[in-house]
Amino acid sequence: MSNHTSLYTVSDNVRRRNAVEKRFRFYGLTAIAIGIVALIVLLSSVLSNGSGAFQQTYVTLSVHLPADKLDKQGNRDPEEMKSVSTFGYSPLIRDAVVARADELGWVMPEGMKPKDMGALISKEAAAQLRNFVLANPEVVGTTIEIEMLANGRVDGYMKGRVDREFALLDSNIDVEQLDLVDLLIEGGNLEKRFNWAFLTSPDASGQRPEAAGLGVAILGSAYMMLVVLFLALPIGVAASIYLEEFAPTNKWTDLIEVNISNLAAVPSIVFGILGLAIFINFAGLPQSAPIVGGLVLTLMTLPTIIIATRASLKSVPPSIRDAALGVGASKMQAVFHHVLPLAAPGILTGTIIGLAQALGETAPLLLIGMVAFVKEYPSMPPEGFFDPASALPVQVFNWTQRADAGFVERASGAIIVLLVFLIIMNAVAVLLRRRFERRW
Amino acid sequence: MTFMKLTASAVAIAAVSATAASARDQIQVAGSSTVLPYASIVAEAFGENFDFPTPVVESGGSSAGLKRFCEGVGENTIDIANASRGIKDSEIATCAENGVTDIVEVRIGYDGIVFASDINGNSFEFQPRDWYLALSEKVVVDGALIDNPYTMWNEVNPDLPAQAIQAFVPGTKHGTREVFEDNVILAGCEAVGDFEVYLAAAEGDTEKARKKAAEKACISLRTDGRSVDVDGDYTETLARLISSPEGIGVFGLAFYENNTSLLQVAPMGGVEPSTETIATGEYPVSRPLYFYIKEAHIGVIPGLQEYASFFVSDEIAGPDGPLSEYGLVADPELADTQATVAAAGANN
Repeated sequence: MSNHTSLYTVSDNVRRRNAVEKRFRFYGLTAIAIGIVALIVLLSSVLSNGSGAFQQTYVTLSVHLPADKLDKQGNRDPEEMKSVSTFGYSPLIRDAVVARADELGWVMPEGMKPKDMGALISKEAAAQLRNFVLANPEVVGTTIEIEMLANGRVDGYMKGRVDREFALLDSNIDVEQLDLVDLLIEGGNLEKRFNWAFLTSPDASGQRPEAAGLGVAILGSAYMMLVVLFLALPIGVAASIYLEEFAPTNKWTDLIEVNISNLAAVPSIVFGILGLAIFINFAGLPQSAPIVGGLVLTLMTLPTIIIATRASLKSVPPSIRDAALGVGASKMQAVFHHVLPLAAPGILTGTIIGLAQALGETAPLLLIGMVAFVKEYPSMPPEGFFDPASALPVQVFNWTQRADAGFVERASGAIIVLLVFLIIMNAVAVLLRRRFERRW
Repeated sequence: MTFMKLTASAVAIAAVSATAASARDQIQVAGSSTVLPYASIVAEAFGENFDFPTPVVESGGSSAGLKRFCEGVGENTIDIANASRGIKDSEIATCAENGVTDIVEVRIGYDGIVFASDINGNSFEFQPRDWYLALSEKVVVDGALIDNPYTMWNEVNPDLPAQAIQAFVPGTKHGTREVFEDNVILAGCEAVGDFEVYLAAAEGDTEKARKKAAEKACISLRTDGRSVDVDGDYTETLARLISSPEGIGVFGLAFYENNTSLLQVAPMGGVEPSTETIATGEYPVSRPLYFYIKEAHIGVIPGLQEYASFFVSDEIAGPDGPLSEYGLVADPELADTQATVAAAGANN
């Protein structure tokens, strides 16, 4: 027997066990290292692709607004001036680019048309100019200085995404146009700065990656989270308290318990099908609305909240209940005055994690019409809950499908925004737990 | 128990506003993902130029869109279905069953389907027969039907470069697939003469049944990994091409035109694809795009008539409009379509 040897000499058995432990530590470290490498690759790809979305190139030009084109009647009445569409405004912007280029001594190369010069400015600019003129009819007939978005390719040039080699092959921009951009940069007309519009403006169509923003998606996600919070938290907490503190243990409660655990594992698309059938087809709620999205996500989040709440109720020691009951409190008083406050940090943590999970969910929204091109902001709640809206993960999904390469940058930027929200929510959950959790 | 009160009032408010949420005021559109970019360009311009809110445009495929279109009449159903193929008789029947009877078909233009490869790779010049021989499950060699033996493009056609056959074709749920099968594979099958062999081997009671069986045999693609079905959209096809530069992908013309820095396009049947060659019909692989309007919703949903007229107006769908700029081939018979849309409004 080997255990006759001294404690100071390491026996074979001990050596073997030590080796096993060492190997296990090594496996553990490898597993963590793989995880960290994957995370770094993911984050660096998202950050390198997406950081550009937070910068945007703007062009400032003097645009002449001829009265004979914009206000034929001459009454400066916005209602009458509405008859001039954005197609009537884009030539004005083109002329402004041509005029500025002339001032800077631009020699028009062979084969370049004024239209190609106007193409340096975003198509969004015509709508911007039209809205400005309709809001300030008195500017008609004058020349105004206005800041407009640069075209997505020009923006890409400022960010290094587009270069002359790229322009040679690309059908949307050519090298001569980039020469003109260089001239405008020298002339001080181009400026790149932080892109607040990315967070506030609505989505834009495939021709205007430079104008696309997350405004509607952020609002839609916020509305859905509100619905989830106000429905899932009370329902989940009430259900857990009843099941944990009041319900008798019989086969019915067992059945309910099994079903709740089951629901937590149901694929989220199933909730989307349910939502379509119940909330839209049966209850007649509108399509693409945050209320339906919120209801579907509520169903999805409920099991998570119930499980977390029950766990934190269970972790409150029975002595607290006994003491409360002992001094004459009713069962309900014991639960609501003593057990629930002590369990609250755990409940909140569970709720926030459930919300974070719901925030990143796309699949169920696919079926209820939220994966859509929505340009109109939803109004203030409660009416806004019924207006069409988008959602953050949906916006990422939509943008990755667009043909223009400029949307790759936007999609990665949206992922960054979504990640920031998730990190904030999870950090709050961790902080709450650290700050308020009681241990017995 | 403030929680309870809060919940109760929240539910009450929700219920009240649900009933208060009156008539839907924005147009709802769903359907083909090929039409989606065009529809969203129009929706955006419509919102900018009219006092109506910007329509909400969903994608999800022609079939899914038409299915929802046919669910019935009323505010909870969509007003317009986008489609990259014509509506089928079975769909019209479903529509009629659910009370959707007056459907206006609007053809917005044509979409070209192009064959493109990595810009740094070999250049190709295809005939439909090359694609049939390269991708068909079985081909005729020395009079006998055998499993497709070809592995290199130059085995199929000595004029093509010596490059391994690897194609990324749209999956069966795409409208594009049907056009690819009919205008390329089937055309190639007939050009090579294999169609006759299939017809002779086909079983069936009538001439028509045998012909159908032969067509089906023609378009069944090989499953040994040289032809890959892409169920996602063109961005996925592009990603696959980038990761295997030997491959050749099937794209929409609009997608190619936005990615000319990565892709080179191959002529088909000796014709370079472009909006001009597609409009004249010289380029063989193209298809019409449509949207369908529920006539019962005109006059109920504000702006529906205006949206439809705006979509097919010359300044949008014409040869110099933004849709054409994005890659849509303008319909030479646009004036007829405009008349159809105007007539649809006049009935209400």
